[in-house]
Amino acid sequence: MKKIFKHPQSLRKVSTHYCAGCGHGIAHRLIAEVVDELNIREKVIGVAPVGCAVVAYDYWNFDCCEAAHGRALAVATGIKRCRPQNIVFTYQGDGDLAAIGTNETIHAANRGENLTAIFINNAVYGMTGGQMAPTTLIGQKTATTPYGREANYHGWPLKISEILALLKGVVYVERVSLHAPLEVLKAKRAIKQAFFNQIEKRGFSLVEILSPCPTYWQMSPKEALDWIKEVMTKEFPLGRIK
Amino acid sequence: MAKIKIDKERCKGCLLCVNFCPHGLVKKGFQLNKRGINYVEFLDKDNACLGCMQCAIICPDACIEVYR
Ligand SMILES: Cc1ncc(C[n+]2csc(CCOP(=O)(O)OP(=O)(O)O)c2C)c(N)n1
Ligand code: SF4
Ligand code: SF4
Ligand code: SF4
Ligand SMILES: [Mg+2]
Repeated sequence: MKKIFKHPQSLRKVSTHYCAGCGHGIAHRLIAEVVDELNIREKVIGVAPVGCAVVAYDYWNFDCCEAAHGRALAVATGIKRCRPQNIVFTYQGDGDLAAIGTNETIHAANRGENLTAIFINNAVYGMTGGQMAPTTLIGQKTATTPYGREANYHGWPLKISEILALLKGVVYVERVSLHAPLEVLKAKRAIKQAFFNQIEKRGFSLVEILSPCPTYWQMSPKEALDWIKEVMTKEFPLGRIK
Repeated sequence: MAKIKIDKERCKGCLLCVNFCPHGLVKKGFQLNKRGINYVEFLDKDNACLGCMQCAIICPDACIEVYR
C-alpha cells in the first residue's frame, strides 16, 4: 500500500496548544500542504498574529516572523519590499485583521502590496476569552454580549472581505469554510490560488476562512461545524468575492 | 483496500474523524494517551476502508495518514 495522505513537511509533528476541534489546526495544515506543493518552503515567510495563533511559528516548518496585534500586514509589507524574492503571507484572526488592525489591513490592500493574507474568521476573540469580534453574528452570545449581539447597540457583523474587494490594489478575495471535508478541499484550492497570485506578482490576495471555535461557541466540535454550515454562512456567504 | 494510521499521542479526541467516516470505521477507544485523552482507533474487520481520506482531511491535528 502506498501512503496517499501524508503529514506535510512544512508542518512540524508537534502537539499544538489549540483546543480539540479548533479550526486553526486545519488551516495550518492546509497552508503547509500548499507550501509543500508549490515547492516554496525555502522561500516562504509567514507573519503570525496576536490571537490564538500567536505561536503559529512553532508549528510551521519554515521561516516566520511575529507581528504586534493587528500589524501583520504592515510587517509583511516591510519584509516583502526588502526581500521581493520571498513569498510572504500573513495569518490573522478577525480581531487582529478586522478590529485592531483594520487600518493596516485596508492600506496594505489598497497599496496593492504583492502579499497573501489568510484571514481566520471564527466570530470571536478566542485568545482573550471569547469576547465579541467585529464578525460576531447578530444574536450570538459571547463574553461581552451575554444576551446576544444587538445591531442597534453593537453594530453589524463587519464584512471586511467585501470591503477589501472594492479596492483597486486587490486582485483576489474568496471566502471558504472548514465545515466538512469537501469544504476543506475548496479552502485549500483558494489558499493555493492566493499564493500563486503572489508568485505571479499579481498583487494583494486574501482568503477568508470560516473556522470553528468550539470552546467559545460552547459547542462540541461537530456542532461547531454544523453551526458554520447552517448559521454562519448565511451572514458570510461562501465563494469568490473578487 | 486501504487503511489509516492514527498518531494516538497527538490525537485530541475531538471525534470529527468519527463523525465524517462514511463507514463508521473510526471509534472512540477506551485507552488514554500520555496527555490523558481518550484517543480514537481504526477498526476495520471487513476491509471496508475506501481510502477516501475524509477523516484525514477534517482532522484538526493532522494525526491521520492514509494508505491505499
Ligand atoms: C495591542 C494589544 N491589544 C489587545 C491585546 C489583547 N488581545 C490579544 S488576542 C486579542 C484578540 C484575538 O482575536 P482574533 O484576532 O479573532 O484571534 P483568535 O484568537 O480568535 O484566533 C486581543 C484583543 C493585545 N495582545 N495587544
Ligand atoms: S479558544 Fe477557540 S480559536 Fe482559540 S484554540 Fe480554542 S477553539 Fe481555537
Ligand atoms: S479513509 Fe475514508 S473510509 Fe477509511 S477510515 Fe478514513 S474516512 Fe473512513
Ligand atoms: S479528528 Fe484527529 S484529533 Fe480528532 S479524534 Fe480524530 S484523529 Fe483525533
Ligand atoms: Mg477570532
